[in-house]
Amino acid sequence: MDFNLTDEQQLLSDTVQRFAREDYTFDKRREILNTAPGWSREVWNELAGLGLTALNVPETHGGLGAGPVETMLVMNTFGAALLLEPFLGAAIVAPALLTRLDDANAAADLLPAIATGERIVIVAHREPQTRGELEHVVTRAEPSGDGYVINGYKSVIAHAGTADELLITARTSGNPTDTDGISVFRIKPGMPGLTVKSYLTIDGQRAGDIELQGVKVASSALIGTAGQAFSAIEGAHEVALSAICAEAIGIIKAVNSATLEYARSRKQFGQPISKFQVLQHRMADMFVQGEHATSMSYLAAIRCIDGNTHERRRSLSAAKVVIGQAGRFVGQQAIQIHGGMGVTDELMVSHHFKRLTTIDLTYGDTDFHTQRFISLTQAG
Amino acid sequence: MNLNFTAAELAFRDDVRAFLRDQLPADIAHRVKSGLAVRAEDYTCWQGILHRQGWGAPNWPKQFGGTGWSPVQLHIFDEEAAAAGAPRTIPFGLKMVAPVIMAFGNTQQQQRYLPGILSGRDWWCQGYSEPGAGSDLASLKTRAERHGDHYLVNGQKTWNTLGQHANWIFCLVRTDPNAPKPQQGISFLLIDMKTPGITVRPIITMDGVHEVNEIWFENVQVPVENRIGEEHQGWTYAKFLLGHERSSIAGVGVSKRELGRLKSIAAQEIKNGKPLLQDPLFAARIAQVEIDLMALEITNLRALSAESKQRAPGPETSILKIKGTEIQQSLSELMMYAVGPYALPFGRLSREEGDVQAVAGPDYAAPLAAAYCNMRKASIYGGSNEIQRNIISQMILGL
Repeated sequence: MDFNLTDEQQLLSDTVQRFAREDYTFDKRREILNTAPGWSREVWNELAGLGLTALNVPETHGGLGAGPVETMLVMNTFGAALLLEPFLGAAIVAPALLTRLDDANAAADLLPAIATGERIVIVAHREPQTRGELEHVVTRAEPSGDGYVINGYKSVIAHAGTADELLITARTSGNPTDTDGISVFRIKPGMPGLTVKSYLTIDGQRAGDIELQGVKVASSALIGTAGQAFSAIEGAHEVALSAICAEAIGIIKAVNSATLEYARSRKQFGQPISKFQVLQHRMADMFVQGEHATSMSYLAAIRCIDGNTHERRRSLSAAKVVIGQAGRFVGQQAIQIHGGMGVTDELMVSHHFKRLTTIDLTYGDTDFHTQRFISLTQAG
Repeated sequence: MNLNFTAAELAFRDDVRAFLRDQLPADIAHRVKSGLAVRAEDYTCWQGILHRQGWGAPNWPKQFGGTGWSPVQLHIFDEEAAAAGAPRTIPFGLKMVAPVIMAFGNTQQQQRYLPGILSGRDWWCQGYSEPGAGSDLASLKTRAERHGDHYLVNGQKTWNTLGQHANWIFCLVRTDPNAPKPQQGISFLLIDMKTPGITVRPIITMDGVHEVNEIWFENVQVPVENRIGEEHQGWTYAKFLLGHERSSIAGVGVSKRELGRLKSIAAQEIKNGKPLLQDPLFAARIAQVEIDLMALEITNLRALSAESKQRAPGPETSILKIKGTEIQQSLSELMMYAVGPYALPFGRLSREEGDVQAVAGPDYAAPLAAAYCNMRKASIYGGSNEIQRNIISQMILGL
């Protein structure tokens, strides 16, 4: 049992924190947010220069082959900094999926370019009715000639419009809720029949819906074995879950410290509002929820690549529940304690609040993961 | 970062399991696991068994007859003992007064008091709280006047747990009523319960149980040699003791066992023709407490890991107290709601005897409402959960 960081992990964490402190201030972020693409290629290149885009790529493909604990440390800081760049999708989820699909050609082609940050690859899996149910894939790929024709719809895909290449999941056989029959295709955004409708999400991030109408791809677009992609998709989502739990922890801690600072400086009735016991206890509760959630983020990081499927699934759902609840509580109370200032766009706390809200609504919300935890526990 | 025990720790766990399997009396385990009253002689009997094994004081250093176990070993032992249905340790001697005697007592006091605690021969109780001194402990009024080689003690202590079985009590008393601050002028005395002038009066709690007492002191003569440390410096020792009270406060092992009992009851109860365990609303309530318990376990392991690095338990233990007691209370509440109206028939005397016969309804239902009522104490004792929030806001948040 060990909760310490290795020297390398500490160094990584320090490096990322320095980047956030010096090169990703709130003002800088606001500038980026107001540009047309909503994220900065310059920042992306800087992240690549720091080796961060290579973090989750195996060493055999030019990456660093780091693990979930390293990802957790990076995401803690990116959470606090509210990074707008497509790090989660392109540097965590895409390599996690590609390394699990068992396709040497696709891996050799895509992973090195992901590691260097040259190519932004985005996984498009979620559909309107998916919620957290990963097997719920209606999009279909029908064999046609020596390739496939794909029809379907992918919804609220973070950075869909940013992608140089999309990894789109589609059903090659079976019914909409079967785990068997799901395949992954690599598709360039400009393909005929594929439209991406990009938009801003409430948290300032970019996302998009993808419509596929008779998109014709070659058989070489298929990654891995047809119909056998489910466990790779689930594995990639588990890595993503652990990463967004860590992101939420970074936000919760930043929100807690901003709230403390605000309460110490804001005076009412002739004294700092931090002197009022009703607010002291509220902030104590926010701290307790933060620590409770931190524990579950550790559990998520440790278990997300565990070989024991049952324990892995159960731990990740439990973590998402605790982090969703803690995020909601801390976020709402932080706004409350900031008073009128809390509901403005001016302070970082409202931006943190919106990202926490987004995290709860993605990758399965608290209710979804509670139900999943129950089914898993009852199945024993 | 990992959650694995080392090979040596796993071997230790096997030893603990084997010991519990061979040595823990079945009738005691049955009472503990069924939520029935544990008898005074159960505690003494189990302490004797532990002592014969050399495990009488898991949390003591070796030089005083303890095991010298690491925090992780202590955790493993607590967890396994709870799972097997071993009675909890009565903490007043082993976990409260003993560390004070070791840290601040003189050699004679250590030789006189520690062996009796270790073997279970002496049963200690606590004389801290008073009717007017609860969360504000330093406002205590019990007086000890110096008369030559003894003190004359007058006053009243309350919320004394299981003092009806005790032969010794440790007390905070006021030796200097004119000290400028309430924390000054307090001394720490060890008092033989057989001393003339001590009266123990039961306080019956709402579950019908005699668990706590009030204790009256009328001109009780206490030899000066029974004072720990310096006169008027008792508050320092008192705070030290309260710091130790919080170790193992999370109660993870016991709550895991209670979660198992809750699930077993919910599997036997039927609602809408199906086991209650499968009722969506009830299943969600169980899931919430189970998930919170998973988080508490990790938080506890984090605290243990910090303790292993020789960092004393800090104000972070307040998190364990708050979350731990919330979980304990949820579990007792859910168990009661699981059985519904059959929680209501009240077999008061039979529960006291420990061999509950349900007045009506299933046996497992009989102690549940009383246990729910009893567990309301958890967020009040050991520094109420509001005091814990004060500690967090002052010591951690710096407010």
